[in-house]
Amino acid sequence: MKKWHLIIDVEKCVDCNNCFMSCKDEHVDNDWPGYTRPQPRHGHRWINIMRAERGQYPLVDVSYRPTPCMHCEDAPCIHASKGSITKRADGIVMIDPVKAKGQQELINACPYQAIWWNQEQDVPQKCTLCAHLLDQGWKQPRCVQACPTSALRAVCADDTEMSRIYTAEKLEVLKPEANTQPSVFYKNLYRFNKCFIGGSIAANQKGIVDCIEGAKVTLLQGKDKLTETLTDNFGDFKFDQLAENSGKYVIQVQMPGFPAAEVTLELTSSKNIGTIYLS
Amino acid sequence: GGGVKRYTSNTNGGPVFVYVKDGKIIRITPIDFDEEDADPWVVKARGKDFSPPKKTTVSPHTLAWKSMIYSPNRLLYPMKRVDFDPNGERNPQNRGISGYERISWNEALEIVANEIKRVKREHGPGAIMNGSGSHHTWGALGYWLSARLRFFNSIGWTPVVHNPDSWEGWFWGATHHWGQSARNGGSEFYNLVEDCLQNCEMMVFWSSDPESTSGVYGASEGTIRRQWLKELGITLVHIDPYYNHTVGLLGGKWLAPKPGTDSAMVLAIAYVWITENLYDKDYIDKRTTGFEKWRDYILGKEDGSKKTPEWQEQETGVPAKDVRALAREWGRKKTYLAAGGIAGFGGACRTATGTDWARGMVCLMAMQGLGKPGINMGSMQQGTPVDTRFYFPGYAEGGMSGDIFGTGNFLNLYQRMPNIVTMNTVKQGVPRLKIPEAIMDGHCEAYNADATTIEGQFIPLKYPTPGYSPVKMYYKYGGSHIGTMVDTNRYINMYRSDRLEFVVNQSIWFEGEAQFADVILPACTNFERWDISEFANCGGYIHHSFTQVNHRVAVLQHKCIEPLGESKSDIQIFLELSKRLGLGSVFSEGSTELEWCKRLFDGTDLPHNIPWKKFLKKGYYVIPPLPEDRRDPVSFRWYADGRPKDTPEPFPAPSDYTEEYRMGLQTQSGKLEFESSSLKRYDPNDPERPPIMKYNPAWEGPHATELFAKYPLQLVSPHPKFTFHTQSDGKDSIINDIKDHRILINGHYYWIIRINPQDAAARGIKENNLVKAFNDRGAVICAAQLTERIPPGTVHSYESSAVYKPVGEPGKSPDLGGCVNLLTPSRMMIKKSHGMAANSCLIEITNWSGEESV
Ligand SMILES: Nc1nc2c(c(=O)[nH]1)N[C@H]1C(S)=C(S)[C@@H](COP(=O)(O)OP(=O)(O)OC[C@H]3O[C@@H](n4cnc5c(=O)[nH]c(N)nc54)[C@H](O)[C@@H]3O)O[C@H]1N2
Ligand SMILES: Nc1nc2c(c(=O)[nH]1)N[C@H]1C(S)=C(S)[C@@H](COP(=O)(O)OP(=O)(O)OC[C@H]3O[C@@H](n4cnc5c(=O)[nH]c(N)nc54)[C@H](O)[C@@H]3O)O[C@H]1N2
Ligand code: SF4
Ligand code: SF4
Ligand code: SF4
Ligand SMILES: [Ca+2]
Ligand SMILES: [Ca+2]
Ligand SMILES: [Mo+4]
Repeated sequence: MKKWHLIIDVEKCVDCNNCFMSCKDEHVDNDWPGYTRPQPRHGHRWINIMRAERGQYPLVDVSYRPTPCMHCEDAPCIHASKGSITKRADGIVMIDPVKAKGQQELINACPYQAIWWNQEQDVPQKCTLCAHLLDQGWKQPRCVQACPTSALRAVCADDTEMSRIYTAEKLEVLKPEANTQPSVFYKNLYRFNKCFIGGSIAANQKGIVDCIEGAKVTLLQGKDKLTETLTDNFGDFKFDQLAENSGKYVIQVQMPGFPAAEVTLELTSSKNIGTIYLS
Repeated sequence: GGGVKRYTSNTNGGPVFVYVKDGKIIRITPIDFDEEDADPWVVKARGKDFSPPKKTTVSPHTLAWKSMIYSPNRLLYPMKRVDFDPNGERNPQNRGISGYERISWNEALEIVANEIKRVKREHGPGAIMNGSGSHHTWGALGYWLSARLRFFNSIGWTPVVHNPDSWEGWFWGATHHWGQSARNGGSEFYNLVEDCLQNCEMMVFWSSDPESTSGVYGASEGTIRRQWLKELGITLVHIDPYYNHTVGLLGGKWLAPKPGTDSAMVLAIAYVWITENLYDKDYIDKRTTGFEKWRDYILGKEDGSKKTPEWQEQETGVPAKDVRALAREWGRKKTYLAAGGIAGFGGACRTATGTDWARGMVCLMAMQGLGKPGINMGSMQQGTPVDTRFYFPGYAEGGMSGDIFGTGNFLNLYQRMPNIVTMNTVKQGVPRLKIPEAIMDGHCEAYNADATTIEGQFIPLKYPTPGYSPVKMYYKYGGSHIGTMVDTNRYINMYRSDRLEFVVNQSIWFEGEAQFADVILPACTNFERWDISEFANCGGYIHHSFTQVNHRVAVLQHKCIEPLGESKSDIQIFLELSKRLGLGSVFSEGSTELEWCKRLFDGTDLPHNIPWKKFLKKGYYVIPPLPEDRRDPVSFRWYADGRPKDTPEPFPAPSDYTEEYRMGLQTQSGKLEFESSSLKRYDPNDPERPPIMKYNPAWEGPHATELFAKYPLQLVSPHPKFTFHTQSDGKDSIINDIKDHRILINGHYYWIIRINPQDAAARGIKENNLVKAFNDRGAVICAAQLTERIPPGTVHSYESSAVYKPVGEPGKSPDLGGCVNLLTPSRMMIKKSHGMAANSCLIEITNWSGEESV
């Protein structure tokens, strides 16, 4: 049986909000009987774009992570729903707008905060994966259609095919510890859940400070050498995908013709260590 | 199926399918092409094939249209201010305060028509002023350059004369080095995507955020092309005080100068190239003039100060070592300079030093060999290999205006779509940035932005013109100026004076300036009327602007639904007023709006490819790209090679070449001029615009010592990412829910101001605090966003709030709406211009405790 999945690449998301806007366009003021009641004009975020900024001026990066319902295989919302939430054969988790009436407590059942309360209609609501459109033969949901960067992809595949994609594309899920087996997968989640150490190498030569290109920068933890890199033409280096709060690191810098340098730091979150001067 | 009909329309952010059920729009989507539509182009570069997907893209504001059409702020019937009596007390002092009552169309049209007659009779020609925004709902017929001009030309009017807002520094500065006047000093861009993919090694984005601005009207079409740059590993550098969304998506080195100091960095880059032999001497010899003068200035021979990277560091705050590294890499690599979101825009061109920056952009490219393979201007936003020879007019060609002089009508459209010529007999205009002075002081002066030739900008524009009446009636079309012009409390105070006897506003929504009118005429959106247009084709100052898109799409904009309430199309409103003035058939020529669409269709090249009936039914046509061997030549390649100009644009005018037609540029020497001959001829001693580009510290910035002590934060106010200027903001649009657009606090959606955590900490400001951004000109209440994306000392807040909501008396109290242009200076960027310097703005920010005073 083929099931619907979403694959979301955090590195490709440019925060255009086309997904969020098209979701609202599709669901605000529109009633899709058998699927979901109209979404209120404001307040709901069926696809919730989260922002993460890392580092300090001027070594920073920013990323966005669209977050819809995960359409879990083992969905806590279904367990809590007394039958008003079900998973369809094609993988889509649906809240029955009639049966779920009044069940406000369901918004607390989801570990991903993907369920929203509609005061006016007295129902919990969430991303339907645009099931009403897919059932009419649409090839993809609204948000995916409107995404200009291919940060969002809808994939209808059986389990074997999906696990092949999962491995080939190095996908991850959000909150694996919640064990809900999401049908929504992420690429490049490190931009959200990992951090970097970055900095710049420069030297004062005859009174002129210049960036040092091609310096060898080594990252160590204790005595273990973790990785090394060469600085670019701005003298910049960056070690990424490090765990937050992962303790003490040592950075060693070597450049022929210059004295070596070493910096030690305690890593909590992404850190721009600034410029290291070799002289 | 299911009673749902699919129509087509077009927007500022791309063409769309519109799904309608029971007379109501239910959804708006981008267009996915079908089997019979033309296939996209393929560019072969570095062993790969690059080709865009077979569909259109859209901007976020395009997807908000349904919520804007069914907005509770829609004007649904004509209104009159309750204490306005055209035959008795007019109470102009209560504009913005006293409120409105519903009136009939008959009554509204009667008042407006009678006022038109009265002011002409009592005051003489020139007493009626009209102005619009720079933008509009999409469509070549409905555009402000079309029907509106036809109507006002027919009654005689004092037009509001636009400053070249999008270009400013390019127009008033860059033009003098390379001509390009017909492009307001901006660059041409033919076939650059192919050249860039094949040859470019590095791209410098300078004041350029195409991922937010889409060039202009370009939807998300350029995004995939910039993703190709990343795929090819092209070195990227971004020079912008804000870590903008383009660097956010693509990565690369970020350099953040203090706003308005960029020209110091320009000089330092040139210094490194000169002293380290990293420039194209052969090109300088053959293709440029005056280099020695500029070189000597840079080396300090003129003023004793060497423009070194260390020197620029004191001005820009960017480390000397980084600028030296940039200059060296740029000198070594074939580099594209993406100056502005399209080459010819950029927030830096709207600063007090905007002319210097734009001049510097041209001079730097002249040093590197502009036009050689891989060396050009742009950000992959323009120059796709679409067919530029297929004729379809842009909106600036004037639609049904019949205005041969005031639009691009003369270029092609007039000959192809015969219609009655219209002409304004009032030889008086009011510069847009000085409307308040014109009204309140009775006189003002600026410079004309005549783009037909370089010298067009030297002609002063004085108001009033001898023999004409001062303005007594303001017929405002749209209501954006509080959010988009500069020092805009001026405009509010103007509205509230008795110097304007009558103010009528024709708008779609009740917002901005509409709340200061005596009579309001409700217009409908383009989804409620017929129109015809092309994706991203504005024409005019951006000739062939559609090369921003991956597929040229001509669109028949269906009348998807009936106008809401009693609103009417602008064309219909003008027609009904015309009838009351005996001008009915002069205005309409007996054609309905749909018949005008057909007349325009017949003037394009479409009838060769698709019959009218089919176009009408299908709603769009994809203009096929040219075969690979017939693509346009690359911009400026002819110039670099010393050949006659071969790119497909009709300017400069033949008379503007100095020697042989098509040989060389528009400048007197025909070359890229480091020392400008036009400035030498005009005013060689103007300290603000000397013949060679120099560094002039901004008049509002860190060098304005006293002011800087009081207001130590430099505010940049770039174009809002999520709304197209005021068009999609406010009005209860779903855009307001976007986290990076507005923030909901205590039931009100506040505009965002971005501040570095250090500056915030020094002021006790925390994330989402309500803060007062203020200076001597006004105060705006915003929600603070703390971010490392902006360096200490600079703050960032988009311009173009649609909402003006004063806490107390209009024009004199803080604004809850977010119109940061209440704070920006109205001083001309240079005296001899009509140019805004909105990004040279000093303010202070404090937590806001709810007080009413400024
Ligand atoms: N601080 C700062 N200020 C700036 C800039 C900046 O960079 N910084 N940039 C400047 C630039 S480049 C520009 S282009 C200007 C833009 O400034 P404006 O052109 O003033 O802004 P718009 O919001 O496009 O204005 C269009 C108006 O027309 C109305 N309108 C649209 N369609 C229709 C229609 O079909 N019928 C009727 N009756 N009305 C309609 C809209 O509601 C709106 O009021 O802003 C400038 N201001
Ligand atoms: N979504 C959306 N798109 C639009 C528009 C819109 O309103 N909304 N408006 C359209 C119009 S009319 C135009 S003219 C174009 C404008 O296009 P641009 O002029 O290119 O856009 P801006 O946002 O004004 O400026 C681009 C960048 O310049 C930076 N900047 C500001 N001041 C300085 C400075 O002093 N130095 C440097 N180096 N950088 C600076 C800003 O931080 C910003 O990231 O956009 C068009 N596209
Ligand atoms: S993400 Fe939440 S709402 Fe969606 S299926 Fe899983 S538990 Fe249910
Ligand atoms: S799949 Fe449909 S319902 Fe779900 S977020 Fe996307 S647009 Fe919204
Ligand atoms: S549409 Fe795509 S790129 Fe845009 S915000 Fe959504 S996921 Fe990101
Ligand atoms: Ca070079
Ligand atoms: Ca000339
Ligand atoms: Mo503009």
